[in-house]
Amino acid sequence: MAKITLVEAVTMALAHELEHDPDVVILGEDVGINGGVFRATAGLAQRFGEDRVIDTPLAETMIAGMTVGMATQGMKPVAEAQFMGFIYPMVDHVISHAGRFRNRTRGRMHCPLVIRAPYGGGIHAPEHHSESTEAMFAHMPGVRVVIPSSPSRAYGLLLAAIRNPDPVIFLEPKRIYRLHKEEVEDDGEELPLDMCFVLREGKDVTLVTWGAMTKETLEATDKLAEQGISAEVIDVATISPLDMDTIYESVAKTGRCVIVQEAPKNCGVGAEIAANLADSQGLYSLQAPVKRVAGYDTVMPLFRLEKKYMPSVDRIIKAVNETLEVS
Amino acid sequence: MTTVASFSIDYVQHLSPEGQLVGDKAPPIATDFEQLKKLYELMVLTRVFDAKAIALQRTGKLGTYASSLGHEAVHVGMGAAMKYEDVFAPMYREYGTQFYRGVKMSEVLLYWGGDERGSNFSGPKHDFPWCVPIATQNLHAAGAAMTFKLRGQERAAVTVIGDGGSSKGDFLEAINAAGAFKLPLVLVIVNNQWAISVPRKKQSGGQTLAQKGIAAGLPSIQVDGNDLIAVHAVMDEALKRARSGGGATVVEAITYRLSDHTTADDASRYRPQEEVENARRFEPISRLRKYLMSNNQWSAQQENQLLKDCAAKVDAAVEEYLSTPKPAVTDMFDYMFAELPHDLAEQRQYALEMENNG
Repeated sequence: MAKITLVEAVTMALAHELEHDPDVVILGEDVGINGGVFRATAGLAQRFGEDRVIDTPLAETMIAGMTVGMATQGMKPVAEAQFMGFIYPMVDHVISHAGRFRNRTRGRMHCPLVIRAPYGGGIHAPEHHSESTEAMFAHMPGVRVVIPSSPSRAYGLLLAAIRNPDPVIFLEPKRIYRLHKEEVEDDGEELPLDMCFVLREGKDVTLVTWGAMTKETLEATDKLAEQGISAEVIDVATISPLDMDTIYESVAKTGRCVIVQEAPKNCGVGAEIAANLADSQGLYSLQAPVKRVAGYDTVMPLFRLEKKYMPSVDRIIKAVNETLEVS
Repeated sequence: MTTVASFSIDYVQHLSPEGQLVGDKAPPIATDFEQLKKLYELMVLTRVFDAKAIALQRTGKLGTYASSLGHEAVHVGMGAAMKYEDVFAPMYREYGTQFYRGVKMSEVLLYWGGDERGSNFSGPKHDFPWCVPIATQNLHAAGAAMTFKLRGQERAAVTVIGDGGSSKGDFLEAINAAGAFKLPLVLVIVNNQWAISVPRKKQSGGQTLAQKGIAAGLPSIQVDGNDLIAVHAVMDEALKRARSGGGATVVEAITYRLSDHTTADDASRYRPQEEVENARRFEPISRLRKYLMSNNQWSAQQENQLLKDCAAKVDAAVEEYLSTPKPAVTDMFDYMFAELPHDLAEQRQYALEMENNG
């Protein structure tokens, strides 16, 4: 079994579904012969034909609107937003239609679509190519928001997203697209949506994160271990709907929680996790205030400053130490 | 300098405002009086329904309602040219089309009466529900048309937009996609001259709205939207072209919104009454009635009977609407996802407990 990167796992999952489900089609800008700007659809047009992997005009609203229309007629379209910074013209069709069709027609129509988008900073990209606005989608009823953080989870979660009968926004942390390789078997086994993954078990503090921030969080965990601090690491993976039970269970064990997100702090997914801990039995497990390590509430800087913006290993360790200082 | 492209927009009218056939190429439907009478009856029913819906709103028995007064020919004509397996993606006042396709009057009332069950209607299950955000439905129709094309089905999608909505990016991206992908799609701009209070001349510097389709590479045509025969003929041709792989068409149907925008609007604030009175002279129902009568296909007695029948049908629909039991509080949750996520299941349980304790 070959070792593959996260982006190669995305390609493998797309190919698997194109192979096994004739209703699956891919559409987007440059997804065809070019294989996508990040190569996520490399080779697929050549293998499955240009009727299955469709290059569209350069019009994101059109991609989203047609994706909704196709989904309501029984197709399973997988659209690519070239970058999350270009996803905003699609938002009307997600919030006003994709998330509403099943509900507003009382089940007569539904929207089994996926919109994939590379997101997040750290690759020295031009303006508008580095933001993390996942919380915007998490706020929309009727839509699942899924973020893989490893090759195997990218494969299993994308299969589940495509097969899911409801709309899924699938955000791919592009900073770790090629960070490490993992053995992933192309066995068609999907992973459950709506569930967190425990990446490390620990007993002193729970670190909750998702996407590319799993990298810094795991590095921080290694450094904390050197200090004798045992951190449990949870990859949220599906940020909407949130699997709080896994987080409650962990915090019940550790008594401390630090949330790490690349997105701005204000009204982020971390705020929702912290709020859930505060207005549930989770509160009684806490021995220290919940800390959030997040991007600043500023505009995402251009790349000379982006590393200063994004949570670092040091910032995570500082937050953990602060929670541990509270006895 | 050389001319690299040139274009013209044709205007189609078969029935004059006086109800006389004009021109020498009348389409087959012009002499299919059985079909014409059926369509005439549906136009009248739509108008009787419309007046009743407004009355229900005024007496607090219906929410905000968007009237179709004056649009009956374009709506019914579109419906009559479509096949069941075609897909209709309306905006929110095309009741004549929807009635032809099997949507019940009580379902329209349910929708405007604040009940989602109206959109789970008796028309074709593949037809789109009403679409309020303006022009987004044009792209949904393009997506439906793409589906038919990919599956090799001889089906077409029909979608509607107003003169105001034709200014929106969604419409322009839809016609562009229709040309680029050669989609089996008919985009109908129902130009009723007013987008709430903004008149047609403020929407676009274009001489016609149809010509926007030319830029997308589509056959584009204007039709007298108050002439049922012309609307049907133009739609029939566009749909046949679409179903047979010939691609999309833009149709601009010229009509007039004789009503307020919705029951929440008061057009007298911005629109001269003389303009409305003048437009009434061109309205579609009396035009078709004159044509049928002048061909001895319709009588005053039939008209009286039709009005009585329509009133009875509308009364029955109103009764069905008013006697529909209230939805369950759990309906809010039960159609959100195929499988209810755990957090929503908790909220559902809470809502149910509050309902039972209240």
